[in-house]
Amino acid sequence: MDLLSQLRGQIADFSAFLHREGFVDDQFTQLQKLRDESSPGFVVEVVSLFFEDCEKLVNNMAKALEQQIVDFKQVDSHVHQLKGSSSSIGAARIHNVCIAFKTCCEDQNRDGCVRCLQQVNHECIQLKNNLQTLFKLEQQIIAAGGSIPAMQ
Amino acid sequence: MESCNCIEPQWPAEELLMKYQYISDFFIALAYFSIPLELIYFVKKSSVFPYRWVLVQFGAFIVLCGATHLINLWTFGMHSRTVAVVMTTSKVLTAVVSCATALMLVHIIPDLLSVKTRELFLKNKAAELDREMGLIRTQEETGRHVRMLTHEIRSTLDRHTILKTTLVELGRTLALEECALWMPTRTGLELQLSYTLRQQNPVGYTVPIQLPVINQVFSSNRAMKISPNSPVARIRPIAGKYMPGEVVAVRVPLLHLSNFQINDWPELSTRRYALMVLMLPSDSARQWHVHELELVEVVADQVAVALSHAAILEESMRARDLLMEQNVALDHARREAETAIRARNDFLAVMNHEMRTPMHAIIALSSLLQETELTPEQRLMVETILKSSNLLVTLINDVLDLSRLEDGSLQLDLGTFNLHAVFWEVLNLIKPVASVKKLHVTLNLAQDLPECVIGDEKRLMQTTLNVVGNAVKFSKEGSISITAFVAKSESLRDSRAPDFFPVISDDHFYLRVQVKDSGQGINPQEIPKLFTKFAQTQTLATRNSSGSGLGLAICKRFVNLMEGHIWIESEGLGKGCTVIFIVKLCIPERSNESKSPLLPKANHGQSSFPGLKVLVLDDNGVSRMVTQGLLAHLGCDVTAVSSSDECLHMVSQEHKVLFIDVCMPDGFEAAVRLHEKFTKRHERPLIVALAGNTDKVTKENCMRVGMDGVILKPVSVDKMRSVLSDLLEHWVLFDSM
Repeated sequence: MDLLSQLRGQIADFSAFLHREGFVDDQFTQLQKLRDESSPGFVVEVVSLFFEDCEKLVNNMAKALEQQIVDFKQVDSHVHQLKGSSSSIGAARIHNVCIAFKTCCEDQNRDGCVRCLQQVNHECIQLKNNLQTLFKLEQQIIAAGGSIPAMQ
Repeated sequence: MESCNCIEPQWPAEELLMKYQYISDFFIALAYFSIPLELIYFVKKSSVFPYRWVLVQFGAFIVLCGATHLINLWTFGMHSRTVAVVMTTSKVLTAVVSCATALMLVHIIPDLLSVKTRELFLKNKAAELDREMGLIRTQEETGRHVRMLTHEIRSTLDRHTILKTTLVELGRTLALEECALWMPTRTGLELQLSYTLRQQNPVGYTVPIQLPVINQVFSSNRAMKISPNSPVARIRPIAGKYMPGEVVAVRVPLLHLSNFQINDWPELSTRRYALMVLMLPSDSARQWHVHELELVEVVADQVAVALSHAAILEESMRARDLLMEQNVALDHARREAETAIRARNDFLAVMNHEMRTPMHAIIALSSLLQETELTPEQRLMVETILKSSNLLVTLINDVLDLSRLEDGSLQLDLGTFNLHAVFWEVLNLIKPVASVKKLHVTLNLAQDLPECVIGDEKRLMQTTLNVVGNAVKFSKEGSISITAFVAKSESLRDSRAPDFFPVISDDHFYLRVQVKDSGQGINPQEIPKLFTKFAQTQTLATRNSSGSGLGLAICKRFVNLMEGHIWIESEGLGKGCTVIFIVKLCIPERSNESKSPLLPKANHGQSSFPGLKVLVLDDNGVSRMVTQGLLAHLGCDVTAVSSSDECLHMVSQEHKVLFIDVCMPDGFEAAVRLHEKFTKRHERPLIVALAGNTDKVTKENCMRVGMDGVILKPVSVDKMRSVLSDLLEHWVLFDSM
């Protein structure tokens, strides 16, 4: 039981950390609520899908921005997509960056866009790492025989 | 021989002797003849004599004897034969009659003698009757006296008059020299001379009650003769050589109300007696007769009865006066109470109105303020203002309707609400105050604490806030911890709540909240007083606190209304205290209610919308997946499509709801095409838009294409739940932002 409570404590602290730092927000918590017996890996699935999507979009946007004449509309639509996805899973930081990104697109500010894109990429990687840590902890807890606690 | 018919006498006729015989016979004959005459004469006179024929017989006998002796007169000389024959005849007759008479007399004389005896007897009887007659007359006279006395006595109900009249009448009837009444004093140890006949003002003359003569008189209800020298009889100064008359004393029972029995006088030893002393005139050689004694005894009893009547009357008059006084006082008190109540009600009505008007203004304007453009900080402030105002309005309603609360006519406003949110709000409200005092507040909600419950949200929040507020108020430093969990049956049956019998069942549970503070604590003896309204404990009063003393009393009533129990535990002063309350909350029902269950996550698999067919149209994969998962979690049968063509292809009458992400380019188009496909409203599914923002343009567009509702993304589980339930209930949803 000691290990379990330790793990639980760890996961609680980590979740609190993620929330505090703004990596995830309430929507992520809502997402976690959808995890149940019929779909235990729901969150993992959605998150994986998101990251796949994210990667694809980032690549597309990078390609688009590398062009001589940047098709801002397309970039904008990609950013729109990313914004929607990130808000769906509660990736708060990415979402905020997307908002800024959108403004740059509207301003047709290429450098700004590039910068934003880099930021997006950075955030994506960070979030991915963080969530992987989180999922690992969860698996450890399940392996230790406990159930994953709800987050605040 | 010459025989002459002469009878020769036997003897020679001596002249003297013959002469004497001659005379004697003559007189005897006379006597003999006169006796019957006398007899006849007297018998004729008296008519009662029963033996007439005896007299006749006797008369005949005497007449014949006389005749014989008369005829004998002629036999002294020479008498003829005729004479001799006559003489012989008469003698024979006489002999016959006298023998018959003698025989008769044997029978008659005893009778005659008994007549005499009877006469004697009658005489005696007559004398006796005379005597008795005399007695009866005396008694009748006594009775008359008594009746007259009684009448006099009873004609008044005044004690003094009764006694005075008694003495006067007795004195008159019996011709007494002196008559006195000795009453027992209050202490009961002495007899005091209270009334006398002749002396006008009896001096306060007392004798101890334990004198033998007095005891003797008191021990029997007869009138007794006592010595004239005894202390009770020496009332008047003895005037020298006169011989004092006989004295009689009798007891007069003094009866109380409680002494009355129906059949006889009770013989209790604790009865009080008065002593009546009657003195015959001195030097009169009169003696007390029995009938006089009897008269005295009867009078004494009558006096006792009359006195008790007087006493009863006195008491009843007193009681009646007392009752009247009490009535008047009660009436007055009632009128005062009515006035007070009216005044209070007027005051309450006025204050009610006066207090509510500004509160309404505050609430209304804060709500309006909320609608305007505000920075997040400002919004937070306005929300806090609104929440506090709402709480205050509720508090006003409760305080001013305190009587309703106490009557038990107050009812809870039951509704579904989020239990966790209540505690978080309380925490948020209390945090500013706590942080000012540098108190650390922690909230622990148990894992299995349901979120969605049915109960009175406002009152629960008020109670919790009050309790937590008290904890903050009375702690100068340290920490406050709030714990809330579902009470298990062991913890429910607390020794501190002996008459609390909770019933566990499926549709409700008992919430147990513990608020522990590290403040100044409470003396365990004062704990019961805390829940009394307006009562302040000493420690509270000296602390100069601003509590009105009403808070905990109201909390207790709310908790009781929620079928719960509240109590305080404290180790003592300076050791902090814990307030614990248990209330009953209901779990919303599953199938028919529009609100979905609050079961903890472990228990899923049930939801409000089993098999509800919905369609999700979203071109963003992640979003689509999230929405699909959300709806699946709620038990719906979800189909997700990514283009409007696919959507129209898949949609059917079985689908009840269609969620369209209007951020996608052909979202609105899909809605339009859907309307074209299903012309009748009941055939097509409800269309709800998932929008990224809620500005007017989006709303207008949605309404233009005929959407049934708009939801702001991102959607939480609860939000989706309430949306679905609203949709299915009302078939329209336009305020779900």
